[in-house]
Amino acid sequence: MEKSPDIPSLEAVDLQCARGERTLFKGLGFRLRGGELLRIGGPNGSGKTSLLRIACGLLEPTGGTVLWGGENVRKLKEEFWVRLLYIGHANALKDDLTASENLAVACALGGIVADERRIGGALDRLGLAGCENLPARVLSQGQRRRVALSRLVIGEDTPLWVLDEPFTALDAAAVEVVQDLIGGQVSRGGAVMYTTHYEASIRAAVSLRIDLEEI
Amino acid sequence: MSALRSVIFRDLLLAARRSSDVLTVVLFFVIVVSLFPLGIGPEPQLLRTVAPGVLWVAALLASMLALNRVFAADHADGTLEQMMLGATPLGMVVAAKVFAHWLVSGLPLVLISPVLALQFDLPQELLGVLVLSLALGTPVLSLIGAIGAALTLGLRGAGALLSLLVLPLYVPVLIIGAGAAESAASGLGGHAQLFLLGAMLIFAGAFAPWAAAVALRISIE
Repeated sequence: MEKSPDIPSLEAVDLQCARGERTLFKGLGFRLRGGELLRIGGPNGSGKTSLLRIACGLLEPTGGTVLWGGENVRKLKEEFWVRLLYIGHANALKDDLTASENLAVACALGGIVADERRIGGALDRLGLAGCENLPARVLSQGQRRRVALSRLVIGEDTPLWVLDEPFTALDAAAVEVVQDLIGGQVSRGGAVMYTTHYEASIRAAVSLRIDLEEI
Repeated sequence: MSALRSVIFRDLLLAARRSSDVLTVVLFFVIVVSLFPLGIGPEPQLLRTVAPGVLWVAALLASMLALNRVFAADHADGTLEQMMLGATPLGMVVAAKVFAHWLVSGLPLVLISPVLALQFDLPQELLGVLVLSLALGTPVLSLIGAIGAALTLGLRGAGALLSLLVLPLYVPVLIIGAGAAESAASGLGGHAQLFLLGAMLIFAGAFAPWAAAVALRISIE
């Protein structure tokens, strides 16, 4: 598969993370290039979410650095973040806003101006047709996750996706759609880093895997 | 820019759909201010003297009441993380949020204050100075409060800690703000205090959002 050269690689060098007294991992390194898929595995509490948050630059690692195109992500700031799409385990939805309003705000924050048709299309892709104008309060857990994940449809041009447990609360049909979206991103030359307990089958030319263990 | 517009619009929309929060602040302000004439008694000269101070203290307390809501909801549902990883610098997003917060928790107080001041028999020429001082001062309170709210985000007992943190910073604003109408009443004119408040507003507007942004990044780690 063609790798697009203009996408810098995400590189972790000798990462160490301690939460409180506990060291979650140390000496961790990886390199994620465009067109590659990286899955982080490991039991609960092994530091998967912390690793993703460090990779995004939300959390300062106890030791080591994360580089994007050779520069520290915590120095690059907005320059890096505009090329990153992060979906955490929290859905970032407001109960009082409708599904489409929630998605529009999320896109605007990410620097993407999406018109109503694009937003409707994205929700439709995740099987939420008919729910666009319902307040998020009345949506089920799985539907709320779908609204959060519909950002993936709009963020197709964002080179790096970091997804924390994207498959939780989803039904089989939605899992299928999300797997397709991730596969599409990788085949377009984007990079995806994600955690999951679910045995996902995503077609990717290069599929890396890191398993964190309890120390 | 579209991100900032959408943050302001979103916060106003949320406030409109949850109007009880906004009403609580305004109602608190109205009740506190209205209780004073009843408690002090119908002595016009005394009421006229205490009016600016009472209105200012009530506005300060009302603005503090609304403070811990500035970031708490966004922190709880994960939106704050998205704001931090957004394409717009966090300081500007914070500025937009504080502005929206002032529109729903500060501006109503400014608008309603001339009506409440009537209970104190405040002369008309002082009303203008009082309203102007509140219009310049309440945004300063919101901006300073945002730093405190960001620092105490996610802590247990954040409410009490927040009051302790911001109160010392609120005091100069209160003294100068209430002083504007008082010195206008004594014939000196309130210009000096209004200019000072304006300077405070510019200073806080330029620096407070960035300080709050740094505090937010620390709180979320």
